[in-house]
Amino acid sequence: MARYTRYDVHRQTGFTTIAFSCFVLLYMPIILLVIYSFNAGSSIAIWEGFSWRWYQSAWQNEQVQEATVRSLIIALWASAVSTSVAVMAALATTRTRKFRGQSVVFALINQPLMVPEIVTAVALLIFFAGIKVATGYTGLFYLILAHSAFCIPFAYLPIRARLQGMDLTLEQAAADLYATPFQVFRRITLPQLWPGILAGAMLAFVISLDDVVITEFVKSAGQDTLPTYMLGQLRRVVTPEINAISTALLSISILMVIAFTVLSKMKK
Amino acid sequence: MADLAQATQQRAARTRWLLLAPALVILLIAASGPLLITLVYSFLTPGDYGGVEWQFSVDAWFNVVMQRDIFDDTLGFSDAHLSIFARSVKLSLMTTVLCLFFGFPTAYFIATRPKKQRDLWMLLIIIPFWTNLLIRTFAVVELVRNEGTVNTLLLWLGVIDAPIQMLYTEFSILVGMVYVYLPLMVLPLYAAMERLDFSLVEAAYDLYATRFQVLRRVIVPLVKPGVVAGSILVFVPSLGAYVTPRVMGGGNQLMIGNLIELQFGQGRNWPLGAALSITLLGIVMLALLLYVRAAGSEEPHRG
Repeated sequence: MARYTRYDVHRQTGFTTIAFSCFVLLYMPIILLVIYSFNAGSSIAIWEGFSWRWYQSAWQNEQVQEATVRSLIIALWASAVSTSVAVMAALATTRTRKFRGQSVVFALINQPLMVPEIVTAVALLIFFAGIKVATGYTGLFYLILAHSAFCIPFAYLPIRARLQGMDLTLEQAAADLYATPFQVFRRITLPQLWPGILAGAMLAFVISLDDVVITEFVKSAGQDTLPTYMLGQLRRVVTPEINAISTALLSISILMVIAFTVLSKMKK
Repeated sequence: MADLAQATQQRAARTRWLLLAPALVILLIAASGPLLITLVYSFLTPGDYGGVEWQFSVDAWFNVVMQRDIFDDTLGFSDAHLSIFARSVKLSLMTTVLCLFFGFPTAYFIATRPKKQRDLWMLLIIIPFWTNLLIRTFAVVELVRNEGTVNTLLLWLGVIDAPIQMLYTEFSILVGMVYVYLPLMVLPLYAAMERLDFSLVEAAYDLYATRFQVLRRVIVPLVKPGVVAGSILVFVPSLGAYVTPRVMGGGNQLMIGNLIELQFGQGRNWPLGAALSITLLGIVMLALLLYVRAAGSEEPHRG
């Protein structure tokens, strides 16, 4: 019997090669970055053996410690604030008929996704500079407020996606049984919505933790977060200490993304 | 009954706006409002040490593309600004084209894997997408700098005698931006290709189409919305890029984002910086508008 191989309709000449080189190119720089964070020498290109020394030196670096604490404080506040307001906004805008002002609301919520970061950063610099002079307050509040704002769409989108996929009948049933709107939310909506809220909060946390541009323009003197500290360091002679900090941040992001993917795939 | 319905509806509207209020207030204070202030600032006079004097002036807008010669007071185009605009547009377009070149086959590859594998391949695209932009840029810096991986390797192999200067050139900015924005191209392309009906491709082969003809006449037209979306998603942030050109361009290869920053630092010309950032915003909005129109006119063809 003649061997008959089915004509592969998926194949396109060269596509697989390009795709594989694409994956290699995407990951090679990151993998090298991680490898050299364990370098015993102070070069970022010549391997001199394995050591934890750069992690230790980053850990003991006071500026890094302060920047880490600051980054975490801002990211936690920003993700808590943006997620709470995003839940309310999602409840108000999902599963309703079209309402007046809807397009304005969507434009406002999605603004941080559309306006280039540098434009927002400059606008916030101008605005907050005025307030800083007028009030004399130069604390972390400005950064927390700015981060909360640009995290809102990232928290909003997964929550809204979850809400849209949810069944209305349970809530209607609860309402028919004389549950108050708050009881319905607390007992029916919230438990179902939970994975979406968690996913949104994690996304907001990562986005806040990674922000460079807006932080760089809004921060007062001595308010470096980890990314702006790294940006400042890049101008000097670079040691694998930066690689070590990067690897730590990278691990947090990757863990969060995987958790996020699992959460948003959870059965509705 | 009509009254009751109306009352219910009014209450629903009030609840809705109450729920929306916190988010909108934060966004108005820390996102939209400041944009309006920026617009106002672009019409003021620069202060001596940064900041502004509250005096109306259109100088900033004039200076966006023009300049007055300091010696003979003649008017001319500002070559410095125009060359930065030109570089920004050129690099952003090249970034978009290169991302398309790498992204299209990659998205196609993922979309043609067995269904169970696809999510895993996509995770490989999504992970870089959600990791720190600065770290990814920095990873490329380590590759291309004089004492970096590529030069060290080439020196060791004896291909070159002295390191090639790659960092702080337009080339390195381009490499950095393609690297950083590639996932933004793959995501919408994949979304479009996943829905691709391969029976159409099969039909084309039955009608003796070559692989290239199938690609050009069947696949590309069907995934065109994805191509447009991906291109906009790459072009827009490229044009407003700040971190990548700052790190990879080293201060002598400025893009619009860096020019804007300069006005708030050494330049001490806040109104000009404000006018430049409104200009950038305008260009981006125009691109998004074109996209919305293109996407809108695309709809009837599908389904």
